Amino acid sequence: MWDYFLLIIGAIFVNNILLARYLGNCPFLGVSKSMDTATGMGMAVIFVTTMAGVITWVVQTYLLDPFDLGYLQTIAFILVIAALVQLVEMFLQKSMPALYRALGIFLPLITTNCAVLGISIINIQEEYSFLQTLVFSFASAVGYSFALILFAGIREKFAMSSIPKPLEGMPIGLVTAGLLALSFLGFAGLAH
Amino acid sequence: MGLAREFTKGLWDEVPPFRLVLGLCPTLAVTTAAKNGMGMGLATTFVLLCSNILVSVLRKAIPSKVRIAAYIVIIASFVVIVELAMQAYVYPLYKILGIFIPLIVVNCIILGRAEAFASKTGVIYSAADGLGMGIGFTLSLTVLGGIREILGNGTFFGVNLFWSGFEPFTFMVKAPGAFVCLGIVLALMNVIGKK
Repeated sequence: MWDYFLLIIGAIFVNNILLARYLGNCPFLGVSKSMDTATGMGMAVIFVTTMAGVITWVVQTYLLDPFDLGYLQTIAFILVIAALVQLVEMFLQKSMPALYRALGIFLPLITTNCAVLGISIINIQEEYSFLQTLVFSFASAVGYSFALILFAGIREKFAMSSIPKPLEGMPIGLVTAGLLALSFLGFAGLAH
Repeated sequence: MGLAREFTKGLWDEVPPFRLVLGLCPTLAVTTAAKNGMGMGLATTFVLLCSNILVSVLRKAIPSKVRIAAYIVIIASFVVIVELAMQAYVYPLYKILGIFIPLIVVNCIILGRAEAFASKTGVIYSAADGLGMGIGFTLSLTVLGGIREILGNGTFFGVNLFWSGFEPFTFMVKAPGAFVCLGIVLALMNVIGKK
């Protein structure tokens, strides 16, 4: 039980998927302009990542490993993720149209989110069990959303400050992300 | 646009990741040293060039509805080739770049160029575009890696630059340093660009 708790703390704070492991940056800097879009993206990521992590684990364990097809991992995983996102989109469109509209464009965008593929690969590298995979995928995605929402909150404040011209937009966003990452660095050593 | 123009635009005007803000994940992660940045850049260039060519060759044959999936399969295939080749020939670099080699498949630059350019343009131009962007990306990564390595480690391509009492600015080779460094470089490019 304690192991799982450490796993969760580690995934959210110590090895934050975005700020420490550098995964999922493109949408991070793109959609974090407002809290609403950040929250929407965060929810979508949590949903897709957890399912993708679990399904890719099953694919690896029952399909790739037994037939010694380990080298096909990249192709297999990305196809699983792309198919999963497509299915989720169709399913939500039919059964939960309100949620579908709320998530909007973020859902298809998740296919190319390195965090999803990255977490799936990390699950295998760390040789997690099924339950550990489930917990780690979910916790990592929560960590991602957390960082995303924090960042969006800060960026919303930017709109009211005066920033030197060359720094406007991307550059100041990145420097802020760096400072945010620095604060998370303070969690290092917590899970040991 | 002329062929030379297609090639050179990827080197400055639309250089990823600085001007064309795509492909950020590997940029931040692998630029802890100039050599790593260069290695990643070259691997990405290979995949970008090959996938641009293949997507362009097949552009009339791929149905529009499944085109993104088709591009992904094409890109993933080349990534697997690069993965295996690096594992065989440059194993130490392979270990350092780690998870970011398979992640080339979701590098927005490659999918982006396939969708925006190679799917609509002839083979030679697509190849020039891919090569230009790839080399631009490689140069950017090497420069960023170089800055972080010099400041954060006191070395450049593994060669010690400073005297033994020099305390490197270790912040630069850690996660936060990557973000801040890239932000400052982007700001500098904005300043240079305006002139």
